Amino acid sequence: MRKVAVIGAGMTKFVRRALETPKELSFEATKAALDSCGLRLEDIECVAHGSAPDAFDGVHQKGEYLADGCGGWNKPTMRVFVGGATGVHAIIHGWYHVASGMFDTCLVVCEEKMSNAMPHAQGFFLTIFDHTTERALQPNLLWIFALEKNRYMQRYGYTKEDMALVAVKNKNQGLKHPASQFKDPVTLEDILNSEVMAYPVNRLDVSPVSDGAAAVVLASEKVAKRLTDKPVWVEGVGWSLDTAYWGTRDLYYPRYTEHAARMAYKMAGIREPHKQINIAEPYDPFGYKALHHMEGLLLSPRGKTVQLLRDGYFDMDGNLPMCPSGGLLGVGNPIAAAGMMKICELFWQLRGEAGERQVPGNPKLGVAQAWGDLMQVSSVVVMGS
Amino acid sequence: MSNRQYIQGGIGLSEDDIQQGKVFFAEDSLNCRYAWDMGVAIERYLRELKNGRIIAKSCNECRRIMVPPRMFCELCFRPSDDWVFVQDTGVVNTFSICYVNWDASRIKPGETPHLPAVIEIDGASKGMGIMHRLGEVDPKDIKIGMRVKAVWKPAEERTGAITDIKYFKPYQEV
Ligand SMILES: [Zn+2]
Repeated sequence: MRKVAVIGAGMTKFVRRALETPKELSFEATKAALDSCGLRLEDIECVAHGSAPDAFDGVHQKGEYLADGCGGWNKPTMRVFVGGATGVHAIIHGWYHVASGMFDTCLVVCEEKMSNAMPHAQGFFLTIFDHTTERALQPNLLWIFALEKNRYMQRYGYTKEDMALVAVKNKNQGLKHPASQFKDPVTLEDILNSEVMAYPVNRLDVSPVSDGAAAVVLASEKVAKRLTDKPVWVEGVGWSLDTAYWGTRDLYYPRYTEHAARMAYKMAGIREPHKQINIAEPYDPFGYKALHHMEGLLLSPRGKTVQLLRDGYFDMDGNLPMCPSGGLLGVGNPIAAAGMMKICELFWQLRGEAGERQVPGNPKLGVAQAWGDLMQVSSVVVMGS
Repeated sequence: MSNRQYIQGGIGLSEDDIQQGKVFFAEDSLNCRYAWDMGVAIERYLRELKNGRIIAKSCNECRRIMVPPRMFCELCFRPSDDWVFVQDTGVVNTFSICYVNWDASRIKPGETPHLPAVIEIDGASKGMGIMHRLGEVDPKDIKIGMRVKAVWKPAEERTGAITDIKYFKPYQEV
């Protein structure tokens, strides 16, 4: 396998409802990523893109539909989709295009426009459940999170307040991100006093539905070194899918995340992730998920994560800064684009270009992770400068 | 240096823009339908639900009793073996008290919240749970680890569906 570098990144603002179409959003992010490394589309050999359910757009060949906006015209173009994990999975997908030796440059583009789905994107998630044994019970996506969160809290004696600390931290951090859809700071009381959606989940424990796109440019070592003196390397990739019989898995621990993380760490030559990783961008569609994933990523001992959080271990100036971007809670959650936003964040952080969000101390190694489907898939990427 | 210049587009629309028709949009709704075949395993599962009992399937290699039943063991990747009846009782593995309907609308004031739970079924392998609903219980009394029993629809109202079990209710063994 050849070394693969990220050499450029760009994204749109994340907004509740965008004027732009999915193709237009894709174009904006893709063009920004190309501009950031001074390339033109003709310099790009292939395109890997990701977008979550076709149902949001109502165009059930979304990969082909988006291709023009992703720079896919007359190029080898391929889409991946693994639910919420798509955004981080897409760079893995792009990585093997280049690592294989087939291509020297690859655009990786993720887009999501959730606002098309009426009256609310939530209703479309009914269709991820088994049609006979589950859908008849009229579940919604909040059930999954509430059931998992309740089990996780009960297993370790964590409280609703413990879990709400993540939303406070990420939402206030996200205010520093120029693409964030939020403007106002929040307090712990705001989170705890927000409407109960599905106990133990309150409205502000949840990241918002959004529209947006994000993109990066990948290059082989030879090309990367010619184009930039600050390549950020894809050091390790891992992914794992567990069974769709989610009632069979005890939800308190995401073992598939651990499998994916071990795969990525092994490739990156990382033996002690909690000591070696400088920045973590775990998937945080709900506050507790960031902590749940920190445990699955072997970055925090099971059951001790809240204590570390309270001790400031995951703060921007802590031992292991968590979600310096602000995460999905702080920037927004256009599903596939949100995962790719985390990849963009590692790129900017590891180059020292993250502006007022910059993690101090010259971080060298970061990990990003996303999660999806019926609580069954994790994709993990380790990046290093 | 900052990344700010590489954030382009994402023009936010407001509620007003939509309500007052300041932007054009096209509305559409599909009226397509599905008729799903139940498959070999779930066909039998539903047939037994209609009979007021829960059936599982065993894998004689990993020794799991699997519910819902399946024609192959996804772990051993071989055909499953025997049909086995399990109990209609179990233990709450986790639950929620949900004030939001499937389409994100809120339940009406005074309406009982949805009470989804994962219930580990007695007689199936440890940890083998199904999603269902709880009922006949004050939401504040629900606990993880609580024992529950299925409340069935009357036989003549059952149709061979997961909803032939109305819900699971707290249950004390005698
Ligand atoms: Zn087996």
